[in-house]
Amino acid sequence: MRFDRAAWWFVAPALLVIAVFFFFPILAALLISLTDFDIYALADLSNLRFVGLGNYLKLLETPQFWQALGNTLYFVVAGVPLSIGASLGAALLLHSRLARFKPFFRTALFAPVVTTLVAVAVIWRYMFNTRYGLLNYALGGIGIDPIDWLGDPHWAMPAIILFAVWKNFGYNMIIFLAGLQSIPEELYEAARIDGASIWRQLRSITLPMLSPVVWLVGILTIAGYFQLFAEPYVMTQGGPLQSTVSVLYFMYEEGFKWWNLGSASAVAFVLFLLIFAVTALQLRGRKWTAA
Amino acid sequence: MDRRIARGVQAPLVNGLLLAAAAFTLFPLLWMVSVSLMSPGEASSYPPPLVPQRATLGNYRELFGRAGIGRYLVNSVFLAVTVTAVSLVFNVAAGYAFAKLRFAGRDRIFKLLLGALVIPAQVAMVPLFLLLKQLGLVNSYGGIIVPAMAGIFGIFLVRQYALSIPDELLEAARIDGASEFRIFGSIVVPALKPIIVTLAVFTLLGTWNDFMWPLIVLTDKDLYTLPVALASLSREHVQDNELMMAGSVLTTLPVLLMFLALQRYYMQGLLAGSVKG
Repeated sequence: MRFDRAAWWFVAPALLVIAVFFFFPILAALLISLTDFDIYALADLSNLRFVGLGNYLKLLETPQFWQALGNTLYFVVAGVPLSIGASLGAALLLHSRLARFKPFFRTALFAPVVTTLVAVAVIWRYMFNTRYGLLNYALGGIGIDPIDWLGDPHWAMPAIILFAVWKNFGYNMIIFLAGLQSIPEELYEAARIDGASIWRQLRSITLPMLSPVVWLVGILTIAGYFQLFAEPYVMTQGGPLQSTVSVLYFMYEEGFKWWNLGSASAVAFVLFLLIFAVTALQLRGRKWTAA
Repeated sequence: MDRRIARGVQAPLVNGLLLAAAAFTLFPLLWMVSVSLMSPGEASSYPPPLVPQRATLGNYRELFGRAGIGRYLVNSVFLAVTVTAVSLVFNVAAGYAFAKLRFAGRDRIFKLLLGALVIPAQVAMVPLFLLLKQLGLVNSYGGIIVPAMAGIFGIFLVRQYALSIPDELLEAARIDGASEFRIFGSIVVPALKPIIVTLAVFTLLGTWNDFMWPLIVLTDKDLYTLPVALASLSREHVQDNELMMAGSVLTTLPVLLMFLALQRYYMQGLLAGSVKG
């Protein structure tokens, strides 16, 4: 086998950066999560002690951590199906032969994806305003009393989910659209000749043919939604009553507000393991149903 | 059922739903622009006004004047452009090598990189912060630029595209005595141009929109990027809706315009990146 000696000049710089600034920190995170790294250790490393699984055990006894975990799961369990449903619905509409002005609609529905999250979170915070917000005004029009969207612990997370769906559904919509375009037209022709209704075609052709794409999109979206951070940071600052503190928000405060870096690393690892476990489960479930 | 009647009902339904969806996505953005042109306090009334009584650029003047947003705009532009330029060099070179050059352990290293794509970047944040602190890069532009010089996703994107470069083309150049660097510059880079533009758009948008890492690593106000500055402003000015909307316009309009101009490349990258499964 021939080796290109020059190859290393091409890969080494990138690999070095990734090794030093990504792989090394990940391994270090595991080690730091086993220590009591805090503001004293930050000042003088001799204050650092090895605590084993102490950080992890302490987390299990911290109610705020459990709440952050619960809030994040709420966001994932409610937000992902809504997001994917919206993406799929929009893709089906855009793919329809009856749709007009397709390029315009495609761009319009995709636009929120490329906007800056912090900036649009500021807009939505204003739209969610209890007194002047447009949302309550619209709801008032159909006789619903004003809702304290971001001030009521029951409504803050639904408000963030609504915002997240608005921001994100366009991304998966484009992937679904490509999936729809790759389904052979003959299948539909045959179905039409057999007199199958639109719904029947959707159930028997479109959805089964699209299922691998839906699966992939599901895995990526779940992993993404577990990383909730900027939305609560800007819109609610974790409140009210901690109802929108996510795992990452908890990690951020633990690490970069209180400087409990050991404990923050443990939180990050728990989040990673969680995402990893859910992804692995989905991949196995996929094999299982395919077999 | 008569198909023509069904069609007569369906076409308005499909287009009506699309129109409603577009209103849902575009309304907040259009309203942001409208409110940003209102006089202070005007937006805090009921019912919420849709258009300003008298359009004014006062909020923008205030932002550039007292809030000093020009500085954050410059920071954001500088960081986005620098990160994009540097990381393109690293990622394109590596992506090409993984596709077309042979070296020991190539496939194993590539598999390792692919596997690492599932690791959320936040896992690395605490040690990365400590590492950059040791290097004296915390609270400097370097804290943003240095860790972003190369990325797995970019390498992957380039490699997939570079696989389609015909080997014969490279071999012919080698027989002619061209050096590997010459081949890279005069054959590979031109052939990769579409994916380079795609990756550039992705990196520019990603760096511009990034929030959590700049929030952590930049503590000095003068170094803030627009999103970090906007988040901090919005905590101070909870009631100044008009001012905040102007800040949102300045933050999000540049990326929206760039996306509109380079939409085709962006969509290609999105699709190429998502079929990796």
